[in-house]
Amino acid sequence: MELNDLTHQTGEWLRGTGPFAHIVLSSRIRLARNFANGPFTNRSQKKDLEEVLSAVDIAIQGIDFFKAATFFRLNELDNIDRQFLVERHLMSHDHAASPQGKGLIVSPEEVLSVMVNEEDHLRIQVMQSGFNLDGTWEIINSIDNSLSEKLPFAFLPEWGFLTACPTNTGTAMRGSVMLHLPALVMTRQINKVLMAISKLSFASRGFYGEGTQAVGNFYQISNQVSLGHSELDIIQNINGLIRQIVEQEEQARQALLVQNRPVLEDKICRAWGTLRNARIISSQETIELLSMVRLGVDVGIIRELAPKTMNELFIMIQPAHLQKIEGKKLNTLERDTKRAQVIREKLNGEA
Amino acid sequence: MKCDKCAKKATVHLTEIIDGKVIEMHLCEDCAREQGQGMEQQFGLADLLAGLTDFGKHVPEVASKTAMQCPSCGLTYEDFRKFGRFGCAQCYLAFKPHLKVLLKKIHGSSNHLGKKPANQVMIQPVAEAAPDQPQPVVPEVETVETLRVKLQEAIEREDFESAARIRDHIHELEKRN
Repeated sequence: MELNDLTHQTGEWLRGTGPFAHIVLSSRIRLARNFANGPFTNRSQKKDLEEVLSAVDIAIQGIDFFKAATFFRLNELDNIDRQFLVERHLMSHDHAASPQGKGLIVSPEEVLSVMVNEEDHLRIQVMQSGFNLDGTWEIINSIDNSLSEKLPFAFLPEWGFLTACPTNTGTAMRGSVMLHLPALVMTRQINKVLMAISKLSFASRGFYGEGTQAVGNFYQISNQVSLGHSELDIIQNINGLIRQIVEQEEQARQALLVQNRPVLEDKICRAWGTLRNARIISSQETIELLSMVRLGVDVGIIRELAPKTMNELFIMIQPAHLQKIEGKKLNTLERDTKRAQVIREKLNGEA
Repeated sequence: MKCDKCAKKATVHLTEIIDGKVIEMHLCEDCAREQGQGMEQQFGLADLLAGLTDFGKHVPEVASKTAMQCPSCGLTYEDFRKFGRFGCAQCYLAFKPHLKVLLKKIHGSSNHLGKKPANQVMIQPVAEAAPDQPQPVVPEVETVETLRVKLQEAIEREDFESAARIRDHIHELEKRN
């Protein structure tokens, strides 16, 4: 698989199916792993990083799950390509920012990605569509088992897996679920929900990852604590919390439909109209309007659009994606113009 | 990025949502410490940072005399507190006396209950690296640093009598310095 092949597809996790897909966009689990010997990434020299890269490269050769995967050396990719991989949620901003000695492994369906030499030697990530942390855990657990047969992971029985940051020590697992909560935002209940989440030691962040704000009513909820509970316990805790939030969002949607249907319809249909006709549009405006359209599809006000198309748009309208599609560097105005064109083609083609 | 309150480099970034309004703050360590007092009630965040940088307590620099250092990567405990990152797996063994309290602060527990790797590789404890050499017995010198750890441990196990004694001892030492 070449990087450019990805331009014409989107990850499996965006197909818009799976349990509660009308509210839960995707489920993701990441595990952090380090080698027992040698420095962690933050104290590594170039040769240490190279050693890790080649040890990982050799280890994955015999593992089925990695058979069709591609191993990118980040210093061999240009800025736009690296940004493109960040936009697809395959790696972090930090990983892209300093590419020397860094690697990224991606499976063809983009279910699995492994950042090599990020904050930890390995950051293994598995993503699935819809509300499916249990299925995600099954996949990542078996990948981790295969890797741990071949690589000497840093582990102490009392403290579990040893990570560069003490906030990840233990299971070194972060499970997160991406939720679309427009009705809780519109009914002004979202702050109450977010407050409860932080009280329960869970974190919430935006669609585009760590350090980003919530845009388009997307919230990523994940566990904070990684020590003192088993992986399955942590997952059960997240599941319980997510089920409650999903239920509240469903109730809020019903309330809006019953009490305020004309206003809701107006908002959704205006968003639909703007997206299908705009000639210049920023990513911020796009995401806000797409959120309304997505709600329209979910509650049956818009019927002629597939969830997958909409999910794909959230990814495709980002700057590096537009520039990959166009095949050259674009300035802000050119991007806003290209974005509007891509959206029109996608939405009018569907209609 | 510069601190919102003074001209120093901002190292602490906070986002608060109050009544739907997002308020961002970028602070240097000193201003963050000040701010930390007010934050404590709302978030567990202050507690977390307290564990990493001894927020709000401001430990005097006497620690350097008996600085703990990882024999494998050379990271000192001071630097670990500053940056919040370990340098290698050995650091966990080198800083062990401090870590139980720290991990408990962050996670509410310091016992791993999750999976084990297929191959468990020994991380050689520092003291056991040369088991044939008899270790010289050095009487333990109490420093403000070690006392603070003991104080924290005493509070953790709700042994307030010892805690009070240790606290007085710390005050004494601080006066002397």
